[in-house]
Amino acid sequence: MKYISEFRDADLVARYLEEIHRTATRPWSIMEVCGGQTHSLVKNGILQMLPEQVRMVHGPGCPVCVTPLNLIDKAVYLALEKGTILCSFGDMLRVPGSSQSLLEAKAAGGDVRILYSPLEAVKIARENPGREVVFFAVGFETTAPANALSVLHAQRSGITNYSILTSHVVVPPAIEAVMNDPDSNIQGFLAAGHVCAIMGMDEYFPLVERYQIPIVVTGFEPVDLAQGILMTVRQLEQGSHQLENQYARVVRPEGNPEARKVIEQVFRISDRDWRGIGNIPLSGYELRPEFAAYDATLKFDIVIPHASESKECIAGQVLKGIKKPHECPQFGKKCTPQHPLGAPMVSSEGACAAYYHFSQALADTETA
Amino acid sequence: MQLQCPMPKLDFDIITMGHGSGGLLTNRLLDSGVFDLLKNDLLNERHDGAIFDTQAGKLAFSTDSYVISPIFFPGGNIGELAINGTVNDLAMCGARARYLSLAFIIEEGLNMQEFWEVLVGIKFAAQQADVHIVTGDTKVVERGKGDKIFINTSGMGMLHPKADIRKSRVQPDDVLLISGPIATHGVAILSVRQGLEFESSIESDTTNLNHTVMRLLDTCGQDVHLLHDPTRGGVATVLNELVRDTGLGIDLQEAAIPVLEEVASACELLGLDPLYVANEGVFLAVVAAEAAESALDVLKSDANGLHAAIIGNITTQHPRQVVLRSKIGGRRVVNMPIGEQLPRIC
Repeated sequence: MKYISEFRDADLVARYLEEIHRTATRPWSIMEVCGGQTHSLVKNGILQMLPEQVRMVHGPGCPVCVTPLNLIDKAVYLALEKGTILCSFGDMLRVPGSSQSLLEAKAAGGDVRILYSPLEAVKIARENPGREVVFFAVGFETTAPANALSVLHAQRSGITNYSILTSHVVVPPAIEAVMNDPDSNIQGFLAAGHVCAIMGMDEYFPLVERYQIPIVVTGFEPVDLAQGILMTVRQLEQGSHQLENQYARVVRPEGNPEARKVIEQVFRISDRDWRGIGNIPLSGYELRPEFAAYDATLKFDIVIPHASESKECIAGQVLKGIKKPHECPQFGKKCTPQHPLGAPMVSSEGACAAYYHFSQALADTETA
Repeated sequence: MQLQCPMPKLDFDIITMGHGSGGLLTNRLLDSGVFDLLKNDLLNERHDGAIFDTQAGKLAFSTDSYVISPIFFPGGNIGELAINGTVNDLAMCGARARYLSLAFIIEEGLNMQEFWEVLVGIKFAAQQADVHIVTGDTKVVERGKGDKIFINTSGMGMLHPKADIRKSRVQPDDVLLISGPIATHGVAILSVRQGLEFESSIESDTTNLNHTVMRLLDTCGQDVHLLHDPTRGGVATVLNELVRDTGLGIDLQEAAIPVLEEVASACELLGLDPLYVANEGVFLAVVAAEAAESALDVLKSDANGLHAAIIGNITTQHPRQVVLRSKIGGRRVVNMPIGEQLPRIC
C-alpha cells in the first residue's frame, strides 16, 4: 500500500461522485471543518464536480485564519522589540497583524525563522544560549502534541531560554459555535481526520446527539473527501444522524493515547479568542501553571495597544459558513491575497483565498 | 560533479578583507585559484576585459546573480549554478553560450577550501557546457554584509541560425512540453536548509541545457516558438507570465507533469506544490502543434530529456489564465504565487 496514489484514483473518485449525484435529491449544506480539506477540495477541483444541491461550506478549521490579531502583534513585538529568535510555521508569516506581518518584521530586522517542527526551535535554543527563542505555537489538536513535547524536551534538558506563544484551539467547541449561531444553516459536518487521529472520536458523539446532525470523520485525499461527502449526503437523505469514520485507516476510536497524554500533561483547556469569531468558552489550550516558565506571554513584558479587526472584514460570518467569501463587498476588491483585510484571504487553506482562486475557475467554466 | 582538483598549498586558510584590496593578497588569491584553474587564452591576457572575434549572425547576451543558501547542496554548489544558470538563460534565447564573465562578492571569513570547491564547480560546469570564462572580478565585503559568497555571471552566445524565439510567436493550439521532472532542485535545496533538514537522496538537477536546446533547434527550428527555464517561482510562475504577456490561456494536464516520486512525497510532507518549486535542469518549450511529437522525440533521446513530456497546450478559451485539469478530472486555476511559497501548517 502506498497510502497516497490509491486515494487519488480518478476512477474511484468518479464512482463516488456519480453516487453523490444519484443520492442527493434535495439541497444540503455540509461544512468541512478543516482548512486542509478546503485546500484539497479546491486543489483537486472537486467543488465543481459536486451536484448543485450539495453545497460545501468552508469551516473555521484553518489555524492561521483564527489566530487572533493580538497574538500576531505579540509575535511581531517579540521579534522586533525583545530581540528574540521567533520561530513559526511557514504560513503564519504572511498573516497581517494590526501594523505588520511576521514577514515584514523579518524584513525590518527581526530574527524570524520558518520551522517545520517545534523541536527544531528547542535545538536552536540549545545552540544559542545567549538568546531567547520563542516558538509561535498555533494550531488545532494536530500540532498540540509536538508543541507540548517541545516544552517537555526543554524542561528535561534544562533549557531555560525557550518559550512558546500559545494560540491553540480545539475543534468540537467550534462546531458548537457554528451550530449555536441562529444564522447558521449547516446540516452535516466532515470532521477533520487528523484531529481525530490524535483525539479519537468520543467528543463528537454528544454533538451528533445534541444537534441531530451527521458527522463523518474524513481524510484529505480526493477519494477520502468524495467518500466522506457521500456518507454525509446518504445520512441526510435518510434523515439519520450518526458519527461515522471514513478515515479508519488513520483514525482509531480512541485516537492516539500517547499524544493525548502529552497534551494533557502540558496544556489545560481554556477560553480562547478566535479571529473573526470572538471568544469561545473552553475552546483552546493554555500552558499549565507548572510550565509558566515556558509561557512567552508571562516571560516577557509585552506592551502593545489592543488592536481591533478591520471593520470591513466579514471573516467571522465566512468562518461560520453564514456568508460565502464572494458575498463580501470587499472580496477581490480591497481584499486580495496580495493585500488581505483578514486572515482567511491569506492562508492557502483560508476560505477566501481558496475562493479567490476558485471563482476565477468558475468564471472560466462559464465562458468556456 | 566528478571533477577532482587538489587545492594548491596556500599560506592562508580564510579569505580576509585584504584579499579584495587589489594588492598583493588579491593577486595571491587569484594566481593560486582563479586564473590557474580556469585558464584559457582570453583569460590569460589578464586585461580589464576580453577582446574576441565574432562570427556573422545574431548574438544573445544575458546576466544573472546567484545568492543561494546554503552554497553547497546535494547535487552541486553555487559555482556550478552560476555557470549553468547563465548558459541556460542564453539557451532559452536559442543561443549557444560562448563567453562568460564571472564576478565574486565574498564575505570576509570564507574558508579557502570552500572557495576552492566553488571554483572547481565552476570549472566543471564550464567544461561541460563548453564555455570560456574570459573576464571577472573579485570583491570582499565585511563579515555580516554578505552570505559567504555571491556570484554574478554574464554571458554572450551565438544564436542558432534557425532560432526565432519570442513570446509574440506563441499561438493558440501550440503545445507545451517540459524537458524533465519538475521541483527536483528546489526540494534538494530545502532538504539542507537550516531548520528544515530532512533525510533524502534527492539531488539538484542543475546542468547546462545548451546542447539539448541546440539539438531541439536543429530538428524543429522555427517550430520552436518559445523556451523558458522555470527557475524561481517554478512552472506556475513562468506560465502565468506567459499568459499575462500574450493574452492567451494555457490548459495543463496534472497527470502528464513529471515529478520524481521522492520529490512528490517530499512536497506532500512539506505542504508545497511542485508547480511553484524552483527548477534548474529543466525547461519548458512551446512548439507548433505539428512539431510536438518530433520535439518530444528529440528531447527523449537526450540525457537531459529522458522524462520529457507534453503537459498542455495554448488556448483562447480562458485568456490570461492557466487552468489545470487535476488527476481526478477537476479543474482549477493555477495562479501566480504572491511571494515565496510558505510551507503549510497541516
